[in-house]
Amino acid sequence: MSAATRDPAPARIALVLLAAALAVAVFLLPLAAVLAEALRRGWEPAWSAISDPDSLAAIRLTLLVASISVPVNTVGGVAAAWAIAKCDFAGKRLLTTLIELPFSVSPVISGLVYVLLFGAQGYLGPWLRAQGIEIIFALPGLVLATVFVTFPFVARTLIPLMQEQGREEEEAAATLGAGGWQIFRRVTLPNVKWALLAGVLLCNARAMGEFGAVSVVSGHIRGQTNTMPLHVEILYNEYMFVGAFAVAALLALLGVVTLAAKTLLEMLTSRRIGEHV
Amino acid sequence: MSVEMEGIVRRFAGTTALDGVSLTLKAGEFAALLGPSGSGKTTLLRILAGLDFPDAGRVRIAGVDLAGVPARQRGVGVVFQHYALFRHMTIAENVAFGLRVRPRRQRPSEAEIARRVATLLELVQIPDLAARYPDQVSGGQRQRVALARALAIEPSLLLLDEPFGALDALVRKEVRRWVRGLHDRLGITSVLVTHDQDEAMELADRIAVMDRGRIVQFGTPRALLDDPATAFVAGFIGEANRLRGEVRGGWLQIRDLPVPAVRVAVGDGSAEVFVRPEDLVVEASTGCDGGVEVALVRAERSRTRVVLRCGAAMLDGVSDHPDDQVAPGMRVGVALRRLTVFGAEGLHETVLPTRGTVRFTEGAAT
Repeated sequence: MSAATRDPAPARIALVLLAAALAVAVFLLPLAAVLAEALRRGWEPAWSAISDPDSLAAIRLTLLVASISVPVNTVGGVAAAWAIAKCDFAGKRLLTTLIELPFSVSPVISGLVYVLLFGAQGYLGPWLRAQGIEIIFALPGLVLATVFVTFPFVARTLIPLMQEQGREEEEAAATLGAGGWQIFRRVTLPNVKWALLAGVLLCNARAMGEFGAVSVVSGHIRGQTNTMPLHVEILYNEYMFVGAFAVAALLALLGVVTLAAKTLLEMLTSRRIGEHV
Repeated sequence: MSVEMEGIVRRFAGTTALDGVSLTLKAGEFAALLGPSGSGKTTLLRILAGLDFPDAGRVRIAGVDLAGVPARQRGVGVVFQHYALFRHMTIAENVAFGLRVRPRRQRPSEAEIARRVATLLELVQIPDLAARYPDQVSGGQRQRVALARALAIEPSLLLLDEPFGALDALVRKEVRRWVRGLHDRLGITSVLVTHDQDEAMELADRIAVMDRGRIVQFGTPRALLDDPATAFVAGFIGEANRLRGEVRGGWLQIRDLPVPAVRVAVGDGSAEVFVRPEDLVVEASTGCDGGVEVALVRAERSRTRVVLRCGAAMLDGVSDHPDDQVAPGMRVGVALRRLTVFGAEGLHETVLPTRGTVRFTEGAAT
């Protein structure tokens, strides 16, 4: 940092303190409160709340939804990023905007759209029912809503990096005789693997934590269509605070672990780059 | 192998990048595509590589039509402007890439690949760098890696896209000579794309000068200098003073410069005249006040370079006279030893004014 851009010491300290205070108040305190509430009566009640059959069902469902949505969005996100960064086609701007759509639309609305489309009174609902296919108030609906809400994470992480890297390496690979799939596997993918992993982890964190869209399409059937965030709400509304906070703590922990994994990855990446300079 | 391009047209939304380019390269030739940015030279190179396809026209390498043949089946080696090395692979892996992606039946064994990579790195004089990553070596070394990687597929044609642009001036000269030496040893038909005429002049057997999507002249460096085909080439290749003139009755009168009229064969009308600095000579001994003032003098080993002020124009010329006879502020006369005139109807002529064809006209000086 040059002298010209360095703030005077008091201002610098004040800024750091302000940021730290905000972080504590907004992130750390609530997280600590969740843990404290969960363990207010000790480990025993918290554990029994989590091992309750309904809670276990919610945990299983959350993991199932995430394990379907994340791979779908990984493939879709990589494809979208590849198309936008490496190809020219009509409607590229539109696609870029569409990718952002889930971020700009309230998740509740995206949930409602699915109900409107696939619900019992929806456009396609009666036909689907006649075929014996259930989407709303069932697993497909939960997966659809989650895929929609978490789609941008992978694509948005990859696009800037892939655009910055340009197309020259891919073109070089083509002149050397590589086919499309070889180029992708040997050149494109290795160049973005760390960013891809980071995007996937973010996508996963959101997939497990999504509330709004999932809430609309779920129907809140305990033991069947309740995911962890929905289960937390139900328990809380029923004044079962220990249970609510215990499940919430577990959910938060999953998020923290994901975040820690991402940070670790970033540290590893920057060290690898540092070695090369 | 020989390369033929015939009537190549390439349009991008609204602009014509290539406007009917035809060019034939002999097997083993080192050719350069030289032109300012936007002249279409890189587009032409990409079409040769199969990275872009023409809207009209034909490309043949060794007589084989390449319409619709994608880059990966062409066997054309490309050294990209910024080398485009695979950043996550070691240098040996970079060079081996073209061999490793071959279909299984044509792929050499790993031992054979290793042997070939070693030979290639030896050829480009960086055998010790095999295990390094591209960002661990210098720009000049990266360029050698890019060359080795392109040569690994035993290309029938080698394309070099501004390959020296990213090198600093000292390295550039050296690498340039080395590349030409390598070409002479391997005999691969090569095409260099550049906007740097020194580079083209030094490396290429023949240079295709491009301007706004067309090849305006294709010839040896000597031919481009001595007999430029268009005013653009005359102005673009080598240093030249651009002057305006008027042809009347077969006599060219140069405006702004007090020299005798010159007998020319181009038709009547306004004309563009190009004079190289070495052909614009100060005639101090005449002692005449020709309306030309010496503005700057720079001594060189064998002669003196001068900048002359002539009305509003500043012209580059030379002087063979002792320094005390040609100094800033002096008024001198000039003579033209050689000039190229582009007249009406696109006709042009290179003239060596001699006593026999010079006529003095009145009012030549402004």
